[in-house]
Amino acid sequence: MANLIKTFLLTDLLKGLWTTFKNQAPSKVVTEQYPLVRPPVAERYRGAPRLNNHPETQETLCISCNLCALACPEQLIVVTSERNKVTKRKDLTTFTYDVSRCMFCGLCEDACPVDALELTQDFEMATYTREGQIWDRQMLEEGPLPSQYTH
Amino acid sequence: MAATTLAPPPAAEDTFLDSNELVLNMGPQHPSTHGVLRVILKLDGERVLGADCVIGYLHRGVEKIAENRTYQQFAPYVDRMDYVAAVSNGLGYCMAVEKLLDVEIPPRAQAVRVILTEVNRIASHLLWLGTHALDIGAITPVFLCFREREEALKIFENYCGARLTTHAFRIGGLQYETYDRFEEDCLAFCDLMEEKVKEYHALLTGNRIWVKRTKGVGILNAEDCKNYGVTGPLLRAAGVEWDLRKAQPYSGYDKYDFDVPTAESGDTFDRYIVRMQEMGQSCRIIRQAVGAIPEGPIKGKVGKVIKPPPGEAYVSIEAPKGELGYYVVSDGSLNPYRVRVRPPSFVNLGALDKMCRGTLVADVVAIIGTIDIVLGEVDR
Repeated sequence: MANLIKTFLLTDLLKGLWTTFKNQAPSKVVTEQYPLVRPPVAERYRGAPRLNNHPETQETLCISCNLCALACPEQLIVVTSERNKVTKRKDLTTFTYDVSRCMFCGLCEDACPVDALELTQDFEMATYTREGQIWDRQMLEEGPLPSQYTH
Repeated sequence: MAATTLAPPPAAEDTFLDSNELVLNMGPQHPSTHGVLRVILKLDGERVLGADCVIGYLHRGVEKIAENRTYQQFAPYVDRMDYVAAVSNGLGYCMAVEKLLDVEIPPRAQAVRVILTEVNRIASHLLWLGTHALDIGAITPVFLCFREREEALKIFENYCGARLTTHAFRIGGLQYETYDRFEEDCLAFCDLMEEKVKEYHALLTGNRIWVKRTKGVGILNAEDCKNYGVTGPLLRAAGVEWDLRKAQPYSGYDKYDFDVPTAESGDTFDRYIVRMQEMGQSCRIIRQAVGAIPEGPIKGKVGKVIKPPPGEAYVSIEAPKGELGYYVVSDGSLNPYRVRVRPPSFVNLGALDKMCRGTLVADVVAIIGTIDIVLGEVDR
């Protein structure tokens, strides 16, 4: 009998509708207004690669050890260097990073012994051409320019 | 082509007055097939006489890729199979290679692995619940589920820097130490989930439409489950208490106190209840694990170059969708000789025909949803 009344009063459906209704004006809005507001990403976010320079001397930290290129599953990093006659060390000449094939696994970053290569918090990497996705040393050191949106 | 594998057509005298038989393609672009699954349905009016799955639209040759990568390099690829539960995939692969190498995993790494895997289990079940309910016609759950799933993904993002294809674990342990607010975040997520599961119950469990659409639909009893090799919530909903976390504990699951939810009849509604209870049990495990993360190193004695001795190893774990197995063969070189994955959704999908026979077309949508397939894993 009680079940019959409940069936006629639609209590089960009203319970669900009430749950929906309770969420109509949420106190915490989770929708992000991108691109008006860029969302903050985590500190460890694996985004656009960057080749770090020494903060004071502005010389590259990279020692051309090629470990990142060996660690990369997609083999998208190419490092070339030439032997410095004076210091007997390898000097970096070019550093190419194909972002279009990158899956941001972070293995190159882990492999780097001097923290020169780093995956940063930048995430706006879209380009109009495929060639634009292949980053050279200059691009890696400067990083992608933040997009300007016009509304 | 594939229609030949269906049951042979009835004899001529059976079909004399019955011209309603129809072979219908469902998918691969049908939204309820959760990706690119194509189901060839043989129909008699609205009634399903047989269903045949055509898979392979998302085949990327992951197992073959493994043969051309080193052991560490292949780890990011396993995340792309079951991308809804990437952490579980990573755990299974890492454990298989660790078994080959015969290394001890530090207790701290094991505890963090358990926490992240359980958070991932909840995240996977949330996506299943949202899309499954959406398929059947309930719109609200998908918004609520994705709202809560966001919190789980934030834990992953803060821990390892990626939200979906996490690459959270490394062979031998972990790469990243836990972040500052890791414990608080996990506990807050448990609090949130325990409250929100009640909300989902209020939305669906008593709802007469939901009950009518799920009760008695797609029944797969325990005997059939075993014959088809079906594992995970489908098997438990049929009344078999089989959970690899209990049956053959790995990664320190024997230290935690939790129940294995089961149900009786093995229909769609029971599978829904089992998964809802599993979310609560995952919260229980997370609470226990977070309270007792041991101190110590996070990586075992694994060199920079991983070169396991020749041999083979099979490790299976309880992924959110069922038994996820990794079979790795080593020939002593840097690359695996062969990697074979036993994906739970692929095996579970095999029982689709059995579950669909005699139901209506609308129920096929419910049954595909209840198997909880991810096509990235089915096709690999």
